[in-house]
Amino acid sequence: MSDGLALNWRRIPERYAMKGNHCTNCKQDYFPSRMICPNCRRKGHLVSKDMPRIGKIVSYTKVMVGPSGFENEGNYYLALIDLGSGAKVLSQIVDSDEQDIHIGASVKKMFRKIGEVEEKGAITYGYKFKVVKPLTEDQVEALKEKNKK
Amino acid sequence: MSEKQKAGIVAYGVYIPRLRITVEEIARVWEKDGKHVSAGLGLKEKAVGASDEDSATIAVEASRRAIEDFGITAQKIGAIYVGSESHPYAVKPTATIVSDALQAGPEVMAADLEFACKAGTAGVQMCLGLVKSKMIEYGLSIGADTAQGKPGDALEFTAASGGAAIIIGDKENEIIATIDHTCSYTTDTPDFWRRQHAEYPEHGGRFTGEPAYFRHVIGATKLMFKQTNTKAEDYDYVVFHQPNGKFPVQAANMLGIEFKKIEQGLITPYIGNTYSGSSMIGLCSVLDVVKPGQRILVTSYGSGAGSDSFSLTVTENAGKRKADVPVREMVNEKSYIDYALYVKHRGKINRG
Repeated sequence: MSDGLALNWRRIPERYAMKGNHCTNCKQDYFPSRMICPNCRRKGHLVSKDMPRIGKIVSYTKVMVGPSGFENEGNYYLALIDLGSGAKVLSQIVDSDEQDIHIGASVKKMFRKIGEVEEKGAITYGYKFKVVKPLTEDQVEALKEKNKK
Repeated sequence: MSEKQKAGIVAYGVYIPRLRITVEEIARVWEKDGKHVSAGLGLKEKAVGASDEDSATIAVEASRRAIEDFGITAQKIGAIYVGSESHPYAVKPTATIVSDALQAGPEVMAADLEFACKAGTAGVQMCLGLVKSKMIEYGLSIGADTAQGKPGDALEFTAASGGAAIIIGDKENEIIATIDHTCSYTTDTPDFWRRQHAEYPEHGGRFTGEPAYFRHVIGATKLMFKQTNTKAEDYDYVVFHQPNGKFPVQAANMLGIEFKKIEQGLITPYIGNTYSGSSMIGLCSVLDVVKPGQRILVTSYGSGAGSDSFSLTVTENAGKRKADVPVREMVNEKSYIDYALYVKHRGKINRG
């Protein structure tokens, strides 16, 4: 049996759907989920919320020597991504041209393998982000319409 | 099939990995004439899944597009079938990964299917049956593959990565194209296989043509003509399974179908053979451009061997319900890699 099987399984909602939470009192999003809202404390009321698929790069770095598990990845980019409503996430950037990776760039969540420790072990999946063209106003409106439904 | 109860495609999504390798680059390594091989196969390059992509990630991305672009509520999906010949696990379903990623479960039927390149269309037939019998509201069938060709083998030039997801439903205001009829043509023909523990599939070379691909594709299509009392002229678009850029064109010729009817659905010349995704991606490309009232004929092919044929009629919803990015545009988002990076990404390097 692979190590961390139960731990990885427990994280599936967080990794697959980016399930975080939202404080209905201060309107702040949290990802990963928090047990209590650090702003509102006992007055806070946290509800489950899926983070949006689209975010913006706040800061990024190029990793030249990857840590254990990333030795084969070569140079890759890590970015701090603003998901709106206060939540930020640190994630790997994939499928993007080097010149497109910059502060303020729009990124979209993609479903990728995030770990395959040994050939016979369980595969872990999760999120990585890719740079996309920013949404036009029409697309933002259309997205809102769809979300209403 | 009952004429009263209509069901059909309500949403579709395609995912094609970004990486590409050209046929000429593969030919360079094996010291073959790249231009000659490329012309012979009718394709220039193929899509390659990155090292962190597999059939499950492709299936999830294709399904997400179907759900997001067409506003489908994932929780209303009653069945998920993933057809592939490159499921990431030998034992453990891909469909459960898709279900959790879409948050469609846990109240959902799910299974993996395998029938070489036609497992995805077999799933469409299953979903159609379940929707028509009112057992489920929506059925999701996916054809996704990260097809493997043995290094140096003829298949290596075409075996590509990609997939398509098709959602079947019966709501009149959602159906883009009704599936009027489906039939299959199946025989035991060992033209392509992969045994347990074998790394790469084996194939019968020229045997994969006449007694395999052509017999079944032509057989299923003629069966469709007979059962629906239609003929080639009745269809505006035709999609065949496309193991290379040549076979579907030859099949169309044999059936008296003009090239312009298969052109829109002919995607293999740009991305290679995505196996279970192949004919389904072709169909999605057709759905990108269809107009109300037009008729589509699709015949898939899976080695081993069999073909599923579908006759579809485009509804009035076609203009209103479309994918955000058409397949023909999607194939242009690409970045080229050389053979060395290709073998690294596809895990073909034995590191002991």
